[in-house]
Amino acid sequence: MNFTPEVLATHRINLEEYAKIVEILGREPNFTELGIFSVMWSEHCSYKSSKIHLKKLPTESPRVLQGPGENAGVIDIGDGWAIAFKIESHNHPSFIEPFQGAATGVGGILRDIFTMGARPIAVMDAIRFGRLDDPKTGARNRRIVEGVVSGIAHYGNCFGVPTVGGETVFESCYDGNPLVNVFALGVFRHDEVFYGRATGIGNPVIYVGARTGRDGVHGATMASGEFTEESKHKRPNVQVGDPFMEKLLLEACIEAMKTGAIVGIQDMGAAGLTSSSCEMGSRAGTGLEIDLDLVPQRESGLTAYEMMLSESQERMLLVAELGREDEVFAVFQKWGLEAVRIGTVTGDGLLKVSHLGKIVAEIPNQPLADNAPLYDRPHDVPAYRTAPMQGPVFGSTDLLGDLKKLLASADLCSKHWIWGQYDYQVRTNTLTIPERTEAAIVRIKETNTSVAMSLDGNGRYCYLDPYEGTMLIIAECCRNLSTVGALPVAATNNLNFGNPERPEIMRQLVDSLRGMGDACRAFETPITGGNASLYNETLGEGIFPTPVMGIVGLLPTEKPVGIQFPKAGLDVVLLGGIGSSDHTRFGGTQYAKVVLDTLWGLPPALNVEYEKRVQAAIREIVRAGLADSAHDLSDGGLGVALAEASFGGVGARVQLDTPLTPEFALFHEGPSRILLSTARLPEIAAIAAKFDVPAVRLGETVLGRLQVDSILDCEIEELNRTWRNAFEEMLHAG
Amino acid sequence: MRFGVVVFPGSNCDHDAWYAASANLGQQAEFLWHDERSLGQADVVILPGGFSYGDYLRCGAIAKFSPVMQSVKEFANAGGLVAGFCNGFQILVESGLLPGALLRNAGMKFVCDQPILTVETVDSPFTRSATLGQRLQLPVAHGEGNYTADDRTLDMLEAEDRIVVRYANEINGSARRIAGILNAERNVMGMMPHPERACDPLMGSVDGRVIFESILATLAATARSAA
Repeated sequence: MNFTPEVLATHRINLEEYAKIVEILGREPNFTELGIFSVMWSEHCSYKSSKIHLKKLPTESPRVLQGPGENAGVIDIGDGWAIAFKIESHNHPSFIEPFQGAATGVGGILRDIFTMGARPIAVMDAIRFGRLDDPKTGARNRRIVEGVVSGIAHYGNCFGVPTVGGETVFESCYDGNPLVNVFALGVFRHDEVFYGRATGIGNPVIYVGARTGRDGVHGATMASGEFTEESKHKRPNVQVGDPFMEKLLLEACIEAMKTGAIVGIQDMGAAGLTSSSCEMGSRAGTGLEIDLDLVPQRESGLTAYEMMLSESQERMLLVAELGREDEVFAVFQKWGLEAVRIGTVTGDGLLKVSHLGKIVAEIPNQPLADNAPLYDRPHDVPAYRTAPMQGPVFGSTDLLGDLKKLLASADLCSKHWIWGQYDYQVRTNTLTIPERTEAAIVRIKETNTSVAMSLDGNGRYCYLDPYEGTMLIIAECCRNLSTVGALPVAATNNLNFGNPERPEIMRQLVDSLRGMGDACRAFETPITGGNASLYNETLGEGIFPTPVMGIVGLLPTEKPVGIQFPKAGLDVVLLGGIGSSDHTRFGGTQYAKVVLDTLWGLPPALNVEYEKRVQAAIREIVRAGLADSAHDLSDGGLGVALAEASFGGVGARVQLDTPLTPEFALFHEGPSRILLSTARLPEIAAIAAKFDVPAVRLGETVLGRLQVDSILDCEIEELNRTWRNAFEEMLHAG
Repeated sequence: MRFGVVVFPGSNCDHDAWYAASANLGQQAEFLWHDERSLGQADVVILPGGFSYGDYLRCGAIAKFSPVMQSVKEFANAGGLVAGFCNGFQILVESGLLPGALLRNAGMKFVCDQPILTVETVDSPFTRSATLGQRLQLPVAHGEGNYTADDRTLDMLEAEDRIVVRYANEINGSARRIAGILNAERNVMGMMPHPERACDPLMGSVDGRVIFESILATLAATARSAA
């Protein structure tokens, strides 16, 4: 063998995989080839642990124009228009260098969208951190939060895409392993879709954008291993982003696409030049000849290995029609960008790379891109959990105090400090303001259609039961969309899990994907692409299993319904009723987390068929303009929803007619419930009856106060102040 | 009337200004490329928001050297109407067409918000259709909108009635809560808020329309007096 076990280990290539490489090549690989295989066959690029399970997910519907396998999924939205969207993680880089890690996470997913030909019109982010108040790690976690948020703001604001919403969660399990998942969505016409395919033998292969440096060499393999103390020294593995360059690249690519001279295009993301070239060749069944001496380089002395593995940002690879290169070059020149022919499409199916006049790699594209070993990792054990099924006996003496604690908690308090740093309006399509509606909505100016988006994850639920927890997330996303009147149509998934080589972790992943498949089939939201981030462990401590879903829905363009009660004297209605819960199903609630500081039992119970009826009812109610406000119940249950609905200054006086104890009635997190205010109760009741779901009148809206039976009574401003100021106080504590 | 919207590399509100002028106000609008001297048939030039040339040195510091800005200066010196929003304001200040400077926000963070502004003068081509003291809700989205000038300049701006809009409440540390100003000749205006984002009822506020309507009224009056 050409390599020592240590060299193979640093490339995360095991002996079995090495043998497969030798079989594919018919000889031993050289060092550059080993590097190329190691990134293409990394967990990050090949999905080798998750693929056999991902294949069971639903991926088709009449609206799906492009499912998984391309840079982003594409959905028909009617009138000849389409949207491309995907979510991707940048977890590991964001721990090592929060600002650049998060910034380049945004940059990477934006390129995935515009490489398809779509102009990005919205970004959302789901971010998770360790606890801000932890005596040992709190200070570091606060620094990571500030870095990640300013990194996202820096990149998105400068690029000119609105960051329209997201979610922020704090748990100890994310202490050494924050999660940064970024979702992006773009819009284009059906006939403007581009694919990453190197078709047409003899066509020139063109490199555009930033120069290649040493940054990010081996980023993909880094993201495919657990974190150790040593990982902190991998800072050079984190790339540095330049949103200005990316903005130019966007404009130039879209303009160049319009010339008709481009036949295929792909961004250089993870695994850089390697993945873009071999995937484009593999999809088209062609080969590519690349001369590295022609690649624009930031510094001298780069080796072939470094150039093939560099993850320098803001670069694209494209294939133009032979003889029309100049049309492409002219556009890039106009935008002040480098565009250089570095190779040719060939018919032999090989990725043939030369450097300094010598062939340095010669690998068949198709097996390199698609024949990574797939593992059915053992998972014949119960999913990992240490939480008990039963929790403490509790009874509250101060429900108002409990509510305030919840509103001031890191997960539930206002995140204005975060989203106030994001330009959420640029491009004048955003119809919503963060925290004022259930889902973010952007209009498509050229049509009468708007796109609603919801991102959601819940590590606590999924830890207690990966299958049920994942189904609840999808139900929640779809409920958010339905609450603004949108019909959910498609989904993207970000799988954040621990080490899949541990059977009890693999079991979490398998159960979660089973739940995802069942729920996405039930809600008719096929998965069109996504991202798997495994090995989210630091020093042997795994994160909660944290699948994050991004689901999109469609609705006619009009002023959206908000979550806040707009005026006094309206009926307050709970569609779906107060619902039920029990001790076991209460253990994953925010009340259990914040007030009782513990976790037990199971996530709330979900009846999918019933949930669908509630969602159909709310869509019809909202579309008919019958609701003056609509707010779905989720984290913190009815109590928190009532408070949030009151933060415009109009509160409510409600009575709870339920056998549940006040703690359960106010704070259980049973799904399938939406809080409405309305002046048209009879019509709402009729629609609810049609779908056979309860619409319970709780009371009426009143100015300035929130009053629940005789158990809770206070001024809105008191609650609002708590909720509004908590986050900044936490950030600046200590 | 014809709006010319300058496109610098890194402009990202160019399309929004174009859309407001054309779709919301029903006027003609065209893009003007930074690398060319021509201002086309523009009756008024808009310098849009964004991050011209990446804003890597200082916001607007590179844009002032662009060929199009030489033409914009000539246009302004000849009495043409020039309005800069956000990054456009920063470019006007860097170009010397407006006095003062825009520093990092006092809170050192990017601020995206929908603050209330007050109209401080209606003696301008950009606010003539507004009423004095009118409250406008206009979006802001900037990291460097903290307007600064020496006291003498600030006193002069006040004395000459050249402050166009002020923030009703402090948001970025700007001296005397100044959000937008005029040049001495009153035909060049810069403001940090984005009136182009407030021209469509779906966007939550249409308070930005009064800026565009004032420009149109001015141009119409000029056209009448020329005829």
